[in-house]
Amino acid sequence: MERIIFYCLAIAIIVFAIASVTSRKMLRSVVYLSFVLISIAGIFFLVDYNFLAAIQLTVYAGGIVVLIIFSVLLVHHIEMELEMARASKKILTAIACLIGLGVFLTAIYSYDFNVAGNSLTTTTSDIGNGLLNYGAGGFILPFEVISVLLLAAMIGSIVIAKGKKLTEKNNPAP
Amino acid sequence: MITGISIYEILTVTSILFFIGVYGFITRTNLISILISVELILNAAVVNFVIINKYLFPEVLQGVYFSIFIIAVAAAETALAVSIIINLYRQISSVEVKDIETMKY
Repeated sequence: MERIIFYCLAIAIIVFAIASVTSRKMLRSVVYLSFVLISIAGIFFLVDYNFLAAIQLTVYAGGIVVLIIFSVLLVHHIEMELEMARASKKILTAIACLIGLGVFLTAIYSYDFNVAGNSLTTTTSDIGNGLLNYGAGGFILPFEVISVLLLAAMIGSIVIAKGKKLTEKNNPAP
Repeated sequence: MITGISIYEILTVTSILFFIGVYGFITRTNLISILISVELILNAAVVNFVIINKYLFPEVLQGVYFSIFIIAVAAAETALAVSIIINLYRQISSVEVKDIETMKY
């Protein structure tokens, strides 16, 4: 049963990812991206990391996709079709990507992974305890740093998006 | 772990996803499409972290923490990129890569 679900999710991920990078309509490509993200959340549910799947659904499929859709609607006309790269460039890139994929797959399949058999369930409180742990293996410092990074990114994006008006107000014309 | 699925199959899927993202990153000529391709690449990395954590070291949670940090950084990056794109569109009325040359010199 889990095999069938995994194969369905894998096919959905690959098909929608290809559709997302080749579609000529901007908005459709964003919607295909959201399907890819939701399928990846399904894989997280399959490997029993429920908290991570919830984060994926809320932050990625909720927040980021909505943000990109906003920018598409602000910038583009919906009916407009995208300009495509030259065919020769596309073929060259596809060949290079296939060669890289071949290198990756030979490296992966020639390595003998030492898979641990036991399967234990992770609760959300385990993740929270590890994140806020001062001791060895704790992640309190990266947690603080990431919150400062988020604050800096939000302030920076507000300043950049406001742009000219802010500086004009600060320097009134003589 | 998923019963009946080996780690090789999942790593194959994420490798394919990564290279689809690289293909889109190179061939697209629009800033928002490039942003979408970057999201695909980051997601492939996140799934790799989680799968390797679950299959090889199920008793620790390091991969989960790194995935959470990657997702947070991706959210910050998207917010910044969207604000830069909107500001650019206000100034030059275009988001095509070939039209953007104000920061080149």
